[in-house]
Amino acid sequence: MIARLGAAAGAVWLYGGSATAGAITGTIAGFMSATVRTATPLAFAALGETLCEQSGVINIGLEGVIIAGAFASLVGAGAAGLASGVALAAVAGAAIAALFGLFAVILRTDQIIAGTAVTLFGLGLTGTLYHWLYGSAGAALSIPTMRASPLPGLARIPVIGQALFDQSALTYAVYVIAPALWWWTYRTHAGLALRAVGENPDAARAAGVAPRIVQWWAVILGGVLGGIGGATLVLAQAGTFAEGMSAGRGFIAIAVVALGRWHPLGAAAAALIFGAAIALQFLFQSMGWPAPYQLFLALPYVVTLFVLAGAARGRRAPAALGRRDL
Amino acid sequence: MSAPDIAGALDALWRGAFGSKYVIFSATLVRAVPLTLTGLAVAVAFRAGVLNIGAEGQFLAGATAAAGVGLLIVSWTHYAQQLVALPLALLAGAVLGSAWAGIAAWLRRRFGVLDVISTIMLNFIALDAVAYLVRGPLQEPLHIYPQTPSLPPALHLPMLVPGTRLHVGFAITLVASVAAWWVLRATASGFRLRAAGANPFAAASAGMIDVGATTTRAFLASGALAGLAGAIEVTGVTYALYDNISPGYGYTAIAVALLANLNPLGVIVTGILFGALSAGAAAMQRDAGVPAAVVSVVEACVILAVLLIQQRRPRAA
Amino acid sequence: MIPPALALTDITKRFGALVALDRASLSANWGTVHALLGENGAGKTTLMRVAFGMIRPDTGTVTVAGIAQRFGSPTDAIRAGIGMVHQHFALVGAMTVAENVALGSRGLYDASAAAARVRRLSADTGLSLDPGARVDALSIEEQQRVEVMKALARDARILVLDEPTAVLSPPRASELLQWLRRFADGGRAVVLITHNLREALSVADDVTVLRYGRTVLEAAASTVDADRLAAAMIGELREGLPNPLTPSPEGEGGSPLLKLRLDDEGLRPSTPLGKGVRGRGAVIVADHISIADDRGVVRIRDASFAVRGGEIVGIAALEGAGQHELLRALAGRAQAVAGTLATPGHVGFIPEDRQRDALVLSFPLYENVALRGAGRRRGRVRWRLVRAHTASIVAAHDIRPGNIATPASALSGGNQQKLVLARELDDNPSAVVADNPTRGLDIQATAAVHTRLRTARDRGAAVVLYTSDIDEMLALADRVLVIARGQVRGVVHDRDAVGRAMLGAE
Repeated sequence: MIARLGAAAGAVWLYGGSATAGAITGTIAGFMSATVRTATPLAFAALGETLCEQSGVINIGLEGVIIAGAFASLVGAGAAGLASGVALAAVAGAAIAALFGLFAVILRTDQIIAGTAVTLFGLGLTGTLYHWLYGSAGAALSIPTMRASPLPGLARIPVIGQALFDQSALTYAVYVIAPALWWWTYRTHAGLALRAVGENPDAARAAGVAPRIVQWWAVILGGVLGGIGGATLVLAQAGTFAEGMSAGRGFIAIAVVALGRWHPLGAAAAALIFGAAIALQFLFQSMGWPAPYQLFLALPYVVTLFVLAGAARGRRAPAALGRRDL
Repeated sequence: MSAPDIAGALDALWRGAFGSKYVIFSATLVRAVPLTLTGLAVAVAFRAGVLNIGAEGQFLAGATAAAGVGLLIVSWTHYAQQLVALPLALLAGAVLGSAWAGIAAWLRRRFGVLDVISTIMLNFIALDAVAYLVRGPLQEPLHIYPQTPSLPPALHLPMLVPGTRLHVGFAITLVASVAAWWVLRATASGFRLRAAGANPFAAASAGMIDVGATTTRAFLASGALAGLAGAIEVTGVTYALYDNISPGYGYTAIAVALLANLNPLGVIVTGILFGALSAGAAAMQRDAGVPAAVVSVVEACVILAVLLIQQRRPRAA
Repeated sequence: MIPPALALTDITKRFGALVALDRASLSANWGTVHALLGENGAGKTTLMRVAFGMIRPDTGTVTVAGIAQRFGSPTDAIRAGIGMVHQHFALVGAMTVAENVALGSRGLYDASAAAARVRRLSADTGLSLDPGARVDALSIEEQQRVEVMKALARDARILVLDEPTAVLSPPRASELLQWLRRFADGGRAVVLITHNLREALSVADDVTVLRYGRTVLEAAASTVDADRLAAAMIGELREGLPNPLTPSPEGEGGSPLLKLRLDDEGLRPSTPLGKGVRGRGAVIVADHISIADDRGVVRIRDASFAVRGGEIVGIAALEGAGQHELLRALAGRAQAVAGTLATPGHVGFIPEDRQRDALVLSFPLYENVALRGAGRRRGRVRWRLVRAHTASIVAAHDIRPGNIATPASALSGGNQQKLVLARELDDNPSAVVADNPTRGLDIQATAAVHTRLRTARDRGAAVVLYTSDIDEMLALADRVLVIARGQVRGVVHDRDAVGRAMLGAE
């Protein structure tokens, strides 16, 4: 049921011409470029989820948010261009997140079960709508895709120039959004209130902050960013949509948040690690590594497990994460 | 894009699930077997406070073990020994399913990793492992199709109702459910499991129960049940291992378990209900062109509805 | 005539069938310390929560400086100049002092400006704090100072404190009271919620006494004495309750708390010392043990002591001294990280948080009774026997409601505690460990608990008891152990000695 885009995405990556056979630096630069490109949707989702978890809510429905954003961007871009695709993705992501928020924040049901249901819902709904709107033939659609726009001057820096500054506009958006979220969380009273709600909602309430309202908006904003992450998958990576193409990225994003120690900049950095794991698969494929490439497909998930196991030390999760009795 | 024919779809759904005696046995009940057994696995785990979302991966592990071990035994002994090979294959399935869950249980106990995330990761890893195995070491001898060789009759589960496709696995499932129900209700270890899931603090403090060991055991038992489900599916229905052998049983199992209020006997009923849904959905897709993904939406709505109802009325353990 | 700083008039509040406040009133003037007295459950906290905007009253008015107010939330009360220091601190442990003080404001947050603000407040008020310190690293007194500073940072002119000295040692408590005196003398108002008569009389200008949600006494402190206040707090009884003012035969059954307050300042316990230590052997033996909390931090080091059968050992300690961890270890629910701790196999344990640690609220009564010994039981559970045993417990101890199939959540706190006590004590264990067993219980339930503990002692059990009320502990204990600075030491059965020892002084 949860199929993966796997081989198709790999082919697009190769076809995109970022990895030229031959020069090793070309391959490394290509690998790094692919890493940043693959990390972008993870970064969006993880930044949103960081905000959400800082307020004490863990959204396991993030996978549903991402796939909803991916599908919405297909519809939006096909109908009215790239900007509409991104905008519709943000709306769809917020809508799915609102469904989750209804159960987790307003009704205060178990966050994990509600999140699982929302993921199933998102995957099922997008699959159904996809078949219904595009028929069983599906895929071969012409929608505008976001090409890489090299930044003048910066893109010419050897190796990292291509990796960091020859990317799509959405990747550049991450470079802006991550520090902006960092500033907002640590340099405004609203950000202080957000973090207080995630640590001790009773203390926040006694100080005049309304915990549920804070959590609600954190969930919604997480949905907006997650939806845009889904749009990135379609518009800046694959150029098309397939059922289940999120392939567990929502859950990987949750691991990214933990690895990034619930800090926006940490999340962006941690997303790179997972982007590298995913890009590594395609690198091995392109290098003609013999046979069991399916095992390399499992690499990101194995890395996630290791990361979560090791991430127990250090900065703690928000103390009130997952609490229902507000 | 065509307007959906709702009446036609519902008709196909009903006929696909209950249209005839043959359909009931061979479609609905056959599909109910993995759903009930994985639902049981999830129910047992949830009752103990373990959020095992990994029944999907444990199912695959069980199916792989059954196929692999079964084929191995048969190839060694050179003659059909249904009496030995089949039970061993089923046992292997339960063992590997338990071990797969054991990884998550260990990560939870030793490192405090959230069971939800680790089990989902393991699901994806299992999917990839199966994809590799059926294209590599376990592939059928002609190397054309990504699947294991067909299992010989020695590894086929006997039929329960002749003339249909309902196999002995259905009986095994019923027995497992009743056994689980009895254990939870009447034994000391079942009580410990329930207490640990309902309130681990009181279980440890008032009951002096080793909550860590109890939940780990529940996790392993859950994995064994899901693995057994996979083994039964391979030896009773598909007679081979291939990609997509599970259309998401492990995730549907969550809805099956929650709708049954985590009651092992109730799981039989909800398992049959979802079996009917699944059989009907296949017919719906075939005859009325409605995509199977709709079932996921239905499952999600079921879970959300149950959550909603439970919020009004806190349920007794 | 200047209107009072804070006046609550005819406040009524119902929670379902429970009448928490019944036309209660309080009137505090500027420049005074006003003590609000009452037993547990009299409604003191509820009344001040109304004043702070956390609870909307059903009837009645709240005026500040003569102007009627309508508070929708604490924000409104804060804006009107009221600051509240809660009994359970509302602080974010992982954040710094400056961040906690700044929480709730608007706009941009500048860490250095916030730190400067804290330093300025420290200088102005004499409450010294390090702005950059993490709150969960502070001592209890310092954390309380942060709570006070939070209120002052919002320009509170009326300061309400809920049982502030409950967590302080006697010297620190008097420091706080003196500070409050000076604060009030500066023209502002203080409302001090307490159940401690001595404290109230030492610092207050006026007192108000609540009983069962009603104001039964409003007077200037100079016109009343301890007896009068005690009588007002306990007063006439509802029907059916024993009158704790008249001692029953052998001095049992009456409220020892009240007897203590009616005694003179020496506070002699009414039961003779040493009764019950009839030369029984040691039941619990601790030999150089160290105890850690669940984060692995060692709280108690190198402690050696023994508890004999037939005695009650009382533990005295400030909050956070490690007493809960020690009690859990003595009850066999946790391991010592060093040394040898010998405990009998099956210790009766009454934990502090009964809803979390003693009961599974969703389980029926008989399954809760079955919890005892569940860890070691094998094979099948004999439910018929369990149900019969539960039915007899319920009948013998008058636990309501009496249907053994009802979930434990349906019982009141007192009935829940009765069930826990019966489960743990009915089979005469050789050792009993009780952690704040009377928390949240009314007078009658409290007396019942005391009786059960004494009975267990008389039957030869070794009883270890901790309560945060020193007077209650002294009334029950035959012997006292004090935990301070990570050490456990025996101390003379004398209130001042115990108080000093709790602080770690020699």
